[in-house]
Amino acid sequence: MKVLLMGNPNVGKSVLFSRLTGANVIISNYHGTTVEFTKGIMQISKKTIEIIDVPGTYSLDPSSSAENVAVEMFEQGNIIINVIDATNLERSLYLTLDILKKNKAVIIALNMWDEAKHKGIKINVEKLEELLGVPVIPTCALTGEGIKKLTDRLQEAVNPAFEFDDKWDKIGSIIDKVQVITHRHHTILERIADASVIPITGIPIAITVLLLCFWLIRFVGESLIAYVFEPLFETLWLPLMMRLSNLLGNSGILHDIIIGKLIDGNIEFMESMGVLTTGIFVPIGAVLPYIIAFYFILSLLEDFGYLPRLAILVDVLMHKVGLHGLGIIPMMLGLGCNVPGALSSRILETKRERFIASTLLAIAIPCMAQIAMVIGLVGKYGIKGLSCVFITLFIVWILIGIILNKFVKGRSPEIFTDIPPYRIPHIKTVIKKVWMRSKWFLKEAVPYVLLGVFVVNILYTLGIFNMIGKVFAPIITGIFGLPKEAVGALIIGFLRKDLAIGMLVPLHLNLKQLIISSVILTMYFPCVATFVVMIKELGFISMLKSVGIMIIATVIVGGFLNLVL
Amino acid sequence: MNKIFSLANIQANKNCKIISVEGGYGIIKRLDAMGIKEGKIIRKISSQPMRGPVLLEINGSQIAIGYGMAGKIIVEEEE
Ligand SMILES: Nc1nc2c(ncn2[C@@H]2O[C@H](COP(=O)(O)OP(=O)(O)OP(=O)(O)O)[C@@H](O)[C@H]2O)c(=O)[nH]1
Ligand SMILES: [Mg+2]
Repeated sequence: MKVLLMGNPNVGKSVLFSRLTGANVIISNYHGTTVEFTKGIMQISKKTIEIIDVPGTYSLDPSSSAENVAVEMFEQGNIIINVIDATNLERSLYLTLDILKKNKAVIIALNMWDEAKHKGIKINVEKLEELLGVPVIPTCALTGEGIKKLTDRLQEAVNPAFEFDDKWDKIGSIIDKVQVITHRHHTILERIADASVIPITGIPIAITVLLLCFWLIRFVGESLIAYVFEPLFETLWLPLMMRLSNLLGNSGILHDIIIGKLIDGNIEFMESMGVLTTGIFVPIGAVLPYIIAFYFILSLLEDFGYLPRLAILVDVLMHKVGLHGLGIIPMMLGLGCNVPGALSSRILETKRERFIASTLLAIAIPCMAQIAMVIGLVGKYGIKGLSCVFITLFIVWILIGIILNKFVKGRSPEIFTDIPPYRIPHIKTVIKKVWMRSKWFLKEAVPYVLLGVFVVNILYTLGIFNMIGKVFAPIITGIFGLPKEAVGALIIGFLRKDLAIGMLVPLHLNLKQLIISSVILTMYFPCVATFVVMIKELGFISMLKSVGIMIIATVIVGGFLNLVL
Repeated sequence: MNKIFSLANIQANKNCKIISVEGGYGIIKRLDAMGIKEGKIIRKISSQPMRGPVLLEINGSQIAIGYGMAGKIIVEEEE
């Protein structure tokens, strides 16, 4: 038996899903958090039931590819748990009436019950149940209130013979009978919410918030490295590796693969290039601290409800690159990892927008793993080098966006989205989310980095890097001004960009070369994980076009930097 | 008789009543699904410069719509 959670965006379907199944899914305070379906299992009185969380939708008539997923899944469900928002009953009922007309057994979870109480909204649940002809259970998914009752009454889900002429008339008459709203004053959160979208106050707020976020990410990341990760590696892992190195005889092929090259008789985590030294250190010692810091800050922004408001403020700018304001969401998620970024472009309505968003993401948005390594490498020369890298990428993002906007066929509609109220982030949800995303990072990164280090050693030993380096020397040295050994980084960049940046360390590049290589490593091609997702989302032909744009842009930008710096 | 505006050019922070929604079938249907339709009371919260989006409040919740769409929502001021 399949049970489907259907409802408007941002009503708490995913919270409810994780309550029912115990499975972890991403929950945030904006519409379009869930863009895929997730299946989970629940046991009710010894019966196994499959529960499916789907993206939110306003009607059974989809207008984005995320909504499409929901409507396609709808056909497969046997029982529909229609999750509705008690603070926004009227709009929620629009979808409910659509659902009731289809031939499905329905039960309603009247969620956000706690918030409705705070807002002075009273709903007569028995009356609503009687009028709709299906069970209605008030719930507060966050605390778990009402969940037990919901599962107890799941079998009572029915398909009522529900008739009406005009949908809004029907909804109006239901609302009149069940809902009473007592007036109340604006809360402080509501006032801050309004201030963040009025241009005179909103723009200074946005700049402050973003700068504060950058500063916080760097502060948290660096502190984690200095006080947690570096001591761990220096006092625990290093002695262990030194002992292993001795056991392996300090040299030889096996030693080089596992421990790597000793530098002045010592292991250098960034340079040695052994599977257990550099291979472990890059993802865990150098990148993970920044991943944790980034996702902590991002989760706070998400759960507070800031992202959709930022979308309003940047809407005009985003139109210059052929997107509307919500296009900022894939970009922000992409700064963590391009994979969820590319997936979240599903919240955009048209194919054209999704093509532009994923291409811009892959070309000009470095992921946190890469950023962390660039900070480590280029940051040594102070803020100048770093700003050079990121400002270049920003300009590339805008220019390519403007060009794509001119030439890509299709339509870019205007923004049209629900703006959720500000909510105080639920600290447990935030921590859980950081934990999930960090775990996901490790699962993705560690195997690829280990494989990457292994491949580096093999290719190096076989002299293949050298061969390819000679072939591509005219481009790498001639156009980009890099030593031909940098080809190794470009090859490994297909696998993992963080490791690729790490491979620049032993080359002892000067600042100019570091800037150029950081920029071209971001632009020239997505890493394999992103590549796979993009093919799936865009289709093969569009992906080919996208890759063509990346390669041409890289040559132009890399060559330009080499000339002017 | 009250003055008639489009939502794009009415002042912010005034309650107003929608008297019609122009535009194509698709737009009307999407707005309709969000409850934006004739007879509803709405309030414009803010608009952005350079034909940026308009934020409006309806039934206690907020919706951002593009400038073009806002121009198609015809409203009259409520006292
Ligand atoms: N106060 C309160 N907040 C809730 C409740 N349920 C969910 N939330 C919050 O509402 C927001 C949206 O929750 P999600 O579960 O991500 O919503 P969703 O329906 O899955 O949203 P989409 O995936 O975007 O369609 C989050 O910030 C939750 O913390 C509730 O019962 N009470
Ligand atoms: Mg969800």
